[in-house]
Amino acid sequence: MKSYETVIGLEVHVELATETKIFCGCTTRFGGDTNTHCCPVCTGMPGTLPVLNKKVVEYAMAAGLALNCKINQQCKFDRKNYFYPDLPKAYQVSQLYLPICHNGGIEIEVDGVKKVIGIHEIHMEEDAGKLTHDPWEDCTLVDYNRCGVPLIEIVSEPDMRSAEEVIAYLDKLKLILQYLGVSDCKMQEGSLRADINLSVRETGAKEFGTRTEMKNMNSFKAITRAIEGERKRQIELLEEGKAVVQETRRWDDNKDTSFAMRSKEDAQDYRYFPEPDLVPMEISDEWIDEIRNRQPELRDEKMLRYEKEYDIPAYDAGIITGSKRLADIFEETVAICKKPKEVSNWIMVETMRLLKETEMEPEDIHFTPDNLAKLIALIHDGKINRTVAKEVFESVFKDNTDPEAYVKEHGLMMVNDEGELRSVVEKVLAVNPTSVADYRGGKEKALGFLVGQTMKEMKGKADPGMINKILKELL
Amino acid sequence: MDLTSLSALELGRKIKNKEITVEEAVRAQLEQIKAKDKEYNCYITVMEEDALARGKEVQQLIDKGKIDSPLAGVPMVIKDNICTKGTKTTCGSKILYNFIPPYNATVVEKLLNAGAVVIGKANMDEFAMGSTTETSYFGETKNPHNTEYVPGGSSGGSAAAVAAEEAFYALGSDTGGSIRQPSSFCGVTGIKPTYGTVSRYGLIAYASSLDQIGPMARNVSDCTAVLDIISGYDSKDSTSLEGENYNYTEALVDDVKNMKIGIPKGYLGKGLDEEVRAGILSAANVLREKGAIVEEFELDVVDYAIPAYYVIASAEASSNLSRYDGVKYGYRTEDFEGLQELYKKTRSEGFGNEAKRRMMIGAFVLSSGYYEAYYKKALKVKARIKEGFDKAFEKYDIILGPTAPSTAPKLGESLSDPLKMYLGDIYTVSVNLAGLPAISLPCGTDSKGLPIGLQLIGKHFGEKDIIRAAYSYEQSKG
Repeated sequence: MKSYETVIGLEVHVELATETKIFCGCTTRFGGDTNTHCCPVCTGMPGTLPVLNKKVVEYAMAAGLALNCKINQQCKFDRKNYFYPDLPKAYQVSQLYLPICHNGGIEIEVDGVKKVIGIHEIHMEEDAGKLTHDPWEDCTLVDYNRCGVPLIEIVSEPDMRSAEEVIAYLDKLKLILQYLGVSDCKMQEGSLRADINLSVRETGAKEFGTRTEMKNMNSFKAITRAIEGERKRQIELLEEGKAVVQETRRWDDNKDTSFAMRSKEDAQDYRYFPEPDLVPMEISDEWIDEIRNRQPELRDEKMLRYEKEYDIPAYDAGIITGSKRLADIFEETVAICKKPKEVSNWIMVETMRLLKETEMEPEDIHFTPDNLAKLIALIHDGKINRTVAKEVFESVFKDNTDPEAYVKEHGLMMVNDEGELRSVVEKVLAVNPTSVADYRGGKEKALGFLVGQTMKEMKGKADPGMINKILKELL
Repeated sequence: MDLTSLSALELGRKIKNKEITVEEAVRAQLEQIKAKDKEYNCYITVMEEDALARGKEVQQLIDKGKIDSPLAGVPMVIKDNICTKGTKTTCGSKILYNFIPPYNATVVEKLLNAGAVVIGKANMDEFAMGSTTETSYFGETKNPHNTEYVPGGSSGGSAAAVAAEEAFYALGSDTGGSIRQPSSFCGVTGIKPTYGTVSRYGLIAYASSLDQIGPMARNVSDCTAVLDIISGYDSKDSTSLEGENYNYTEALVDDVKNMKIGIPKGYLGKGLDEEVRAGILSAANVLREKGAIVEEFELDVVDYAIPAYYVIASAEASSNLSRYDGVKYGYRTEDFEGLQELYKKTRSEGFGNEAKRRMMIGAFVLSSGYYEAYYKKALKVKARIKEGFDKAFEKYDIILGPTAPSTAPKLGESLSDPLKMYLGDIYTVSVNLAGLPAISLPCGTDSKGLPIGLQLIGKHFGEKDIIRAAYSYEQSKG
């Protein structure tokens, strides 16, 4: 078999985290009863008109600047016309001729090799509604809640050559958008979904092969499998001397294979033309500067700062900044307790362990920084020891409990009363004469056993150092 | 004197002075509609009960001093492509025969705040596509001056209602002449404002970049009073314009001394009816005698206006009218198998021929491979037309000409030859393409007794110039 190269470009649809929709005041909240988050404007009732949400433009610009794009200062919207019941106006307001951003790119790294993936353009558009087929009534129902939710579509150049590069690109994209706060990028809720354009060619060939498109992929796992599957399918065709047909395919992750949806010949003519209900936008230099100045610190800068400012190891800084949620928790907790290394440890060890055990994503963390800070303060003030602290943290992680209240309620406060501790130690010595004799006979190990026994009596609420000290005195 | 033949402002004054109650006015108007509308068919919907209740409400507001508008309590009619909350708004089409909007158009809100009593919804060409009001699903409207003739269109119901004294004033909409041409045919006055002056929110779109709502009434002063009420920036319409002075009544001054008026030579040439030409020239003379400087000039951009207009308007219409698919509201075919058939049958049965023709043209000119050759070229022509007018307005305050090449044609004559019908828009469409304001007002009648319309075109936001000239002309006519 010949050797082949895979060529991949992505169109990533990202739902913007604005409060309201792109052309009306309806909420963009996910969920809600069917057809309750809509109004005459987003359901395209006759006579209604769109009014552009300025925030959408700002978010699109923020994304564009972070992805090193140029901003089209004269940009406008176009209508993409097609019939479908989830599209109540029978056209989607999108951008074809003058998209808001173009000519950008981001650097990815796979196995230590760095590479820039070009961004062809970013355009703004509105989302459509959702159809549900009711098999009982044999009818199709439509929910317009998603209609008019703002999206940006980020179109990459065909610069990726493997599933690993695609995942690295998506990971980086997702993180940048999350850091910017322009999207939550929750793939399972559809707020980040990708269309994969893929072709193969013989290694060294100059021309691109014929590409296919797989639409609406919304998990990294499915994307990886779809790329592998489609690559294999195309190579098999070529090896058999057949041609790849330019078409849209649907990846079925359950069957681990893709199906043809429609070929280029059946492709719809969307009859794009400038949206006459919206005036062309004039984006001033001042506005761009304002957005640029407002850009938050992104991951790469943050990592460097953690290493420098907090003396956190590069590896740990990488893990923490690898999720905006973790970075936010880290910084907010440090701001309260001023103990970056402690906070970093709690995130790197216990938080990561619990996330893994509960199969949660960092985005799902719901404990608040003040409670982590309180826990660290309890340890620092000698009120609980580390063993107890782990137990307390599990409750903080699970239910965002107040550590002080938890410790009080469960009686976990350390006993710092030397007299009380001394009497417990005396009791332990009295019931363990053999160990006492062993220790006195030179067996150092016996001391550890006695400390353990004392701790057991104290139900863990004692400072091991103090027990040691008292034991040595009494022995 | 018959109450219904008062002008809107006269009636408003009498209501204010307590000479007439709003209820009396509303009842008189309803009587007139009952007596005449079987013959003329100006109305798609007469809101008898609503109007009587509203009349009482407005009377109370006036009595309490809560409304101080010169048109408070005056019954009026709204073209049926302007959304009225709770009242059927059909666009003259079967496909919206049962559509009841859950909101008011901005202009309707503004009129209601000014104490208007909406008495009904006026007949129109289907989706405002037509020049005769014969394409309405609800039957043709007849010209009150002679019922064998069309009232013009598309705002034919509005124009005929005003002419037949079935309403004191009306709202129309004008995409390529749809206020001015029926005003001309019915002998009433109508203003197509500068694009962006009146909010389009709630106007069911035909061609969004050209559509504009405007007043139709029995004289210039009435039209101006209505324009004062309905104009102004609206945050719900991104194409509406901010920061202008919308007090047009102050332009009602009988003085055209030294006003520079240009008549495009092409407007008086081939294709213009002789009697119409005579009427226009005599009107020009009246203004000249009053001190205006009137001269002919070359406006070289009219040639491609009609094709450019039909390309742009049809393209936008094909998109705007796609939402009527039987899924959400309006007409839905009775039997269908699957989605494609639902669409096909609903739209085949729900739209009339003229709407279908324009949607087909529009879909064609936007298709890939044709977009550049038609739509983009038409946009270039549009820009050229605007430049041509801009140049003319460096020299002239207003442009004068006919509204239409002839007086009203007979019923049934136009639809058989749509191309000829389109050519009738020659003097009006370029005004929409350039986004300019224009007024049509009566200037005599032809030998058949049918009204001739005089068109005055103003520069961008030049409403006051055309209102002043029109008012001065009207005063001289007596």
